[in-house]
Amino acid sequence: MTQAGFGPDLAEVFGPAHQAHEAGGAPDLVQLLTPEGERVEHPDFSFGDGLSRDELAEQVRGFFRDMTLTRRIDVEATALQRHGELGIWAQLLGQEAAQIGAGRALRPQDYVFPTYREHGVAYCRGVDPLLLLGLFRGVDQGGWDPRANNFGLYTIVIGAQTLHATGYAMGMQRDGVVGTGDPDRDAAVVAHFGDGASSQGDVNEAFIFAASYNAPVVFFCQNNQWAISEPIERQTRIPLYQRALGFGFPGIRVDGNDVLATYAVTQAALQRARDGQGPTFVEAYTYRMGAHTTTDDPTRYRLSDDVERWKLKDPIARVEVYLKRNGLADQAFFDSVAAEADDLGHRLREGCKAMADPQPMSMFDHVFAEETEELRVQREGFASYLESFEGARA
Amino acid sequence: MSENTKQKVTLAKALNMGLRRAMEDDPKVLLMGEDVGKLGGVFRITDGLQKDFGEDRVIDSPLAESGIVGTAIGMALRGYKPVVEIQFDGFVYPAYDQIVCQVAKMCYRSQGKTPLPMVIRIPFGGGIGAVEHHSESPEAQFAHTPGLKVVACSNPIDGYWMIQQAIAAPDPVIFLEPKRQYHADKAELDDSATPDPLFTSRVVRRGADCTVLAYGPTVKTALKAAEAAAGEGKSLEVIDLRTLSPLDMTPVLESVRRTGRAVVTHEAHVNLGLGAELSARITEECFYSLEAPVLRVGGFDTPYPASRIEEDYLPDLDRVLDAVDRSLDF
Ligand SMILES: Cc1ncc(C[n+]2csc(CCOP(=O)(O)OP(=O)(O)O)c2C)c(N)n1
Repeated sequence: MTQAGFGPDLAEVFGPAHQAHEAGGAPDLVQLLTPEGERVEHPDFSFGDGLSRDELAEQVRGFFRDMTLTRRIDVEATALQRHGELGIWAQLLGQEAAQIGAGRALRPQDYVFPTYREHGVAYCRGVDPLLLLGLFRGVDQGGWDPRANNFGLYTIVIGAQTLHATGYAMGMQRDGVVGTGDPDRDAAVVAHFGDGASSQGDVNEAFIFAASYNAPVVFFCQNNQWAISEPIERQTRIPLYQRALGFGFPGIRVDGNDVLATYAVTQAALQRARDGQGPTFVEAYTYRMGAHTTTDDPTRYRLSDDVERWKLKDPIARVEVYLKRNGLADQAFFDSVAAEADDLGHRLREGCKAMADPQPMSMFDHVFAEETEELRVQREGFASYLESFEGARA
Repeated sequence: MSENTKQKVTLAKALNMGLRRAMEDDPKVLLMGEDVGKLGGVFRITDGLQKDFGEDRVIDSPLAESGIVGTAIGMALRGYKPVVEIQFDGFVYPAYDQIVCQVAKMCYRSQGKTPLPMVIRIPFGGGIGAVEHHSESPEAQFAHTPGLKVVACSNPIDGYWMIQQAIAAPDPVIFLEPKRQYHADKAELDDSATPDPLFTSRVVRRGADCTVLAYGPTVKTALKAAEAAAGEGKSLEVIDLRTLSPLDMTPVLESVRRTGRAVVTHEAHVNLGLGAELSARITEECFYSLEAPVLRVGGFDTPYPASRIEEDYLPDLDRVLDAVDRSLDF
């Protein structure tokens, strides 16, 4: 669609929005570990500088363990949905590296505003994975305390949380916890969202606010190429990370299936924010291996060829190859992670099935911090209605 | 395109057929929304339409509700008839400003020079075991806005006709589809029949003791309640409102004058809901015929709860019967 007289085709200038990066390291994609498990260097981002070989090995083993456990949470929850224990589940299969890299780059004082698929980030924040299931089972609307781990509740309305994140970051500025130079004090916020979300007004408004106030927020977009059935091309004509420039802050595209790179890039972006240098947009370029959710049928709109190609970029497999090939982990390590995953799976299965339904009357709780008389009357009316069944329903 | 065929269809299929027929009849009709193309919408209501009418008429839009409705306004100003799909009730709010400030006021603002014939389809209501924002009943918010017409279908036959009538209507119509019924029951559709006009209510069951008013998903509940009440010797009249703004009070008032009693049921919160308006109007018009106050059975004034207790939140047959009994005992 080149418009005569109005300059070149955007795709010619920026490249197509959907760049496959078949052989890894395209110039605009930060990558530190190839799909084949080879370490590569990048001029702007590095991993493991100043670490001894043992420390480095330990950190990478940690990533492997985190991603493996995260995948198990996902697989187990998907199975639980199939068995009718969950109403729905938003799968993250294939997005483990994006989430663990981002999650591990956080400090305790940072704050996360997730969407509904950040199971790996939640795990990094120390949220019990069992709690994540409550929302999808329908026993609550997010069972964890957002203040306990600085990890907000899941947000279902697309993009809404990016504004909350920005406002929270503005609060941090006012509290003087930005740019003090004290690593235990300086803090930043991460807002997670998807490629589809980038079309929402809220997200664009969040960019404006963040830029305008130089807010310490990292916009972490997992571009998994799809918003349900709609491909990335339906949301943007230029690579997403280049949008940031138009709002006045840097955008970086990172290989979202490379945990070393997502860690390095997020850490740098967070540090920038904590130092008072403002927002960064991180586009983690990845792929949704599974369905959008357990109710979706991707065979209606996407090619199985694509899935097969992306399988070769599996984020966990490449770390495993790297560890093995470089003698950074022995079989006992892999066995222990597998055993830990089995235990976790077992605990999730049992825990989920044992999760009791809430009491009907609980629906009246917490509508307000200070209950109204009106609602109290309604609550009592419903209680006596239930009692009229002589315990049959209550 | 009346081929005078009869077939048994679900509400989902009926809406699909209705949209298809409207698109065949009028080349200006376009569909817009998230996932409406290849996927056929998350509920498959637009299944196969992009294949047959092309991407220019069945438009997969970016993930932006304000954008969808806002651009549909522009299309309508250009002479197209956009039929917009909002994926779930709870996601209409990002478009709320465009709907209540722009869609609703364009005709008025332009002194009738740019009326805005467009349809905003919203799958609404609960009972499908979903997470939050997927089970809401926002009808009162739109019915409270002058300039919008709001209708709700309850069954496949109405779904088929009402969607076509809404598209043909010269004003913007918020078209509510009870998502719980999409695949629930089939009905025999005769596409050569003559439908009732769009903005009319209809008595769907005759009765003498109490009038039950319902729309969308609660029509089925009300009919079940009437069935159960009949077993106990009580005769309930059930009215499917079908149109929420404007309200068609004629059959309602006629009925209440006969029965002397009215119970309104909807899934939306009771406080300031449609039931409140109906109650006020019935009281104003039928005061001397009433044997009991108009009673309301609806969702409680809490956010829609977690799905494992949604059945307690939703008005069910027992709560409707309980209200009927209270009315009869008055
Ligand atoms: C405002 C709003 N509109 C529509 C939806 C329905 N919906 C849920 S997820 C989704 C696609 C999201 O895609 P993306 O932002 O790319 O994130 P992903 O799920 O792929 O991680 C849609 C349309 C919603 N949740 N919120």
